[in-house]
Amino acid sequence: MELIGKELACTRGQREVFSGLDFRVAAGEALLLVGHNGAGKSTLLRLIAGLLRASAGTVSLDGGDPELSVPEQAHYLGHQDALKPSLTVTENLRFWASWLGDEAPALDAALEAVALAEIADLPAAYLSAGQRRRLSIARLVAIRRPVWLLDEPTSALDVASQGRLAELMAAHLASGGLILAATHGPLGLESARELRLGGRT
Amino acid sequence: MSALSALLVRDVRIALRVGGGAMMGVLFFLTVVTLMPFALGPDLALLRRLGPAILWIGALLASLLALDRLFSADHDDGSLDLLLMGRVPIELAVAVKGLAHWLTTGLPLVVAAPILGLFLNLEPKAIAAVVLTLLVGTPALTFIGLVGAGLTVALRRGGLLLPVLVLPLTVPVLIFGVAASNAAVVGPVPFGTPFTILCALTLMSLVIGPFAAGATLRHGLE
Repeated sequence: MELIGKELACTRGQREVFSGLDFRVAAGEALLLVGHNGAGKSTLLRLIAGLLRASAGTVSLDGGDPELSVPEQAHYLGHQDALKPSLTVTENLRFWASWLGDEAPALDAALEAVALAEIADLPAAYLSAGQRRRLSIARLVAIRRPVWLLDEPTSALDVASQGRLAELMAAHLASGGLILAATHGPLGLESARELRLGGRT
Repeated sequence: MSALSALLVRDVRIALRVGGGAMMGVLFFLTVVTLMPFALGPDLALLRRLGPAILWIGALLASLLALDRLFSADHDDGSLDLLLMGRVPIELAVAVKGLAHWLTTGLPLVVAAPILGLFLNLEPKAIAAVVLTLLVGTPALTFIGLVGAGLTVALRRGGLLLPVLVLPLTVPVLIFGVAASNAAVVGPVPFGTPFTILCALTLMSLVIGPFAAGATLRHGLE
């Protein structure tokens, strides 16, 4: 399986964010998007997730399910956590699991993986920023999708949680998944390649 | 549980919990209708004649009340991004969200209408007609409102723009809803004539609303 972007260009508000961008990420590989603020890291992730339209170029997933589009095979972890404060931790996770996937999700195991099992019945309104982040990471674990698009995944996470996230990412790569992550700091992944955006300033 | 039923359960659950605002519309409806007799004076014959129109105006304004948060709540917390990444077409998701919104804000208005009809000195036949027309007509108000909610999703103060966009489109529903209610009591046209047009308006909005709102959401993200 290989995610391929060809000749990608994106224009936002009459400003060209990037153009002529090529990348390839094979199964088991992680690609880190680095660059200064405004270089287009988040834009590229949203573009692959189908939330922005490219002004030129294509994104395709070789060896993926031909019935499904790339966004339908991808998890997107954005800046916002997509949680409803009045629903409990489990209810939030169960909804996204049934919306994003077809198979029966392993909710308990996913909450265990992000160390939230003890507060599974607490409304999300009472969670701290780091706990909210971990709950949205649990979504990626509960439902299997081969492509992970992570935008600053470690923001608000403490050191222990960053370590757990690194283990989850390593397990995802080992099981044949692939990761694109926009980041400013190290994610704790060995053998991750870097793609520098915004060479021109 | 399939994706669409999960979405329906989630939206209904959020609306019914603390801060969800399911009862806001009914309370607003109650306020508008109870204020009318104070403004019009104690003329029972006048109240009886204006009753169906008052109930319809109250229901129309009440159903607009919660509309602005329908998509903007999901937009603000990032849920809309993930809704668009599901394997369900966004038009179906929009239709299910509209259904959940109607169940929690439109249906309570229909249930409250008979009691408020008594406040306005309506006779049983007129109350039955108003309830029936509201039952058929409020889904049209919600599904026309979907388009406005989709258009204003990314605007900070979209709540102010929304009624301006939506109210003109609801005028036909209002006309035929009130006309059918009046026809049941005073005539001269039979109840069925305006009522079938009201049904047609609702069926049209059920089809057009989700497609138009789905298109606005796709474009609104950019």
